[in-house]
Amino acid sequence: MSLRVDNLKVWYRTLRGDVQALDGVTFTVADGELVGLAGESGCGKSTLGKSLIRLDSRMRHVDGTVELDGKELPIWDSERMSSFRFKEVSIIPQYAMSAMNPTRRIGRLVAELLESRGVRPDGVRDELLRRLELVGLAPDVLDRYPIELSGGMKQRMVMVISTLLNPSLLIADEITSALDVSTQKAVAETLVGFRDRHFVKSTIFITHDLSLVYQIADSIIVMYAGRLAERAPTEALVTTPRHPYTQMLLSALPEVGVRYSDRRLTGIPGSPPSLLDPPTGCRFRDRCPLAFDKCATQPPFLEVAPDHQVACWKAF
Amino acid sequence: MLTLEGVSKTYRVGTFGGRELTAVRDVSLQVAPGEVIALIGESGSGKSTIGRLILRLTGVTGGRITFGGTDIAGFKGKGLRAYYAQVQGVFQDPFSSYNPIFKADRALELLRQTYFAELDARRWRDKVEASLDAVRLDPGQVLGKYPHQLSGGQLQRLLVARALLLDIRLLVADEIISMLDASTRIDVLNLLGDLKARGLGIVFVTHDLSLGNYISDRAVILRQGAVVEEGPVEQVFGRPQHAYTRSLLASVPQLHRKWEPGDGLAGEPAGGDGG
Repeated sequence: MSLRVDNLKVWYRTLRGDVQALDGVTFTVADGELVGLAGESGCGKSTLGKSLIRLDSRMRHVDGTVELDGKELPIWDSERMSSFRFKEVSIIPQYAMSAMNPTRRIGRLVAELLESRGVRPDGVRDELLRRLELVGLAPDVLDRYPIELSGGMKQRMVMVISTLLNPSLLIADEITSALDVSTQKAVAETLVGFRDRHFVKSTIFITHDLSLVYQIADSIIVMYAGRLAERAPTEALVTTPRHPYTQMLLSALPEVGVRYSDRRLTGIPGSPPSLLDPPTGCRFRDRCPLAFDKCATQPPFLEVAPDHQVACWKAF
Repeated sequence: MLTLEGVSKTYRVGTFGGRELTAVRDVSLQVAPGEVIALIGESGSGKSTIGRLILRLTGVTGGRITFGGTDIAGFKGKGLRAYYAQVQGVFQDPFSSYNPIFKADRALELLRQTYFAELDARRWRDKVEASLDAVRLDPGQVLGKYPHQLSGGQLQRLLVARALLLDIRLLVADEIISMLDASTRIDVLNLLGDLKARGLGIVFVTHDLSLGNYISDRAVILRQGAVVEEGPVEQVFGRPQHAYTRSLLASVPQLHRKWEPGDGLAGEPAGGDGG
């Protein structure tokens, strides 16, 4: 087991109280597994991604543990986490387009980054050039400033930098949402390539786009309002979803070939609850057509089929 | 109703405006009442520029745009106001379409000052409630609220309601659902479908092919400012003639159908952008 997250709770401090953005999340990621983490805005997927590498000043670790390759990650202690970042856990941030220091040539930026982690840049230079070639970038990008690269080139450069030290866990946070469909496909496939070539051991791919994650992930986790709703192997999640939220989300996706005049799709009425003072029990209950008395108690996250877990009383 | 004849738009770019960038080249198309035209393209394809030209937010460099037979470039003052009473736009980011320091319904109130100054308070309120009803918003939930208190879907529907107050005949919808969550997206799309049934013409600008397909009658595929392929939606999506359309369709992630090796644009991942 590469990554083991147990009952992780990370809340945001605000003037009006704690926002329970991540409220008791438990899952594992196997060696070589590419897990898709899907959900709508505000469901806590980015909070989960950030928690595994760096808590910002508003985030507070409330409970739970994270274990990577058998070692506990001290996620609440930013200084101790420092020795894991980049080497063991790495991230391709949502803002990859603006992640590089605009005042440095890219080669120098990479060298400084490596030195700050106690790695001699000369030692990895050959590997760096090899990987640039792999993603279709010429070696002379290292002599250029970030502003001289197009959006897609920057995206690929950041992907190479993030994975240069072969981290055990890579977090890719919405890295394709700002891209065109053709570039999107290239970036998604590069990510799979990195895994296949063992540049990274396991990957968490965070996205709001279920049809994109379906293309590349081994398994998919669906989050809702700070908790896990369902997790299953990709094919099972898409063909036999067990959580009503997953089912409704999937049926709300327009696909090429589906026409309004032939088949009218429906959305999910209502909106997610406020996480400042979340309701007790199942958090989807107010929008759920199947809700009954028992939903006032929080459903556990249980396995209903091999590797298929769900948090819904109706599914057990 | 709306006709574009050989429309081009060239921007001056660079520090001193020394270089020229042709955003739209020689585009001709027509929109009839009750018809939805999808303008589909990747970034830089000129799809949004066409929307802006129709709304006269910027002028054409070549060709002409006519509405009901009249060239829209000639509209001034009263004439332009009459044009905007029939043609309105809604844009991608509902959060930045409102002034955050005022209540959201100020967007409606401003319209009243320009177009409905003679209406008394009660008739105005009835009119507002009727248009909110058409976009399935509960007046009690949205009126008197600040933009940050409303969800993206609510704000976007409020903008459509604002356009409906004017009894418009053509709506330019520029990426209006890309910022919305999947569960609320489809509601806004269905809303457009209902409006179309009431005779509204819609120019639906999008980069997402599956959304362009859902409500549109005709699709126009754009690449670098020029029309690559145009026709009824079933034909463009079902039997695409142009290689670019085919590769674009193959790149769209779809449920129940995985990407195949060799799909998409040639030369990936090296390609995909111009450098």
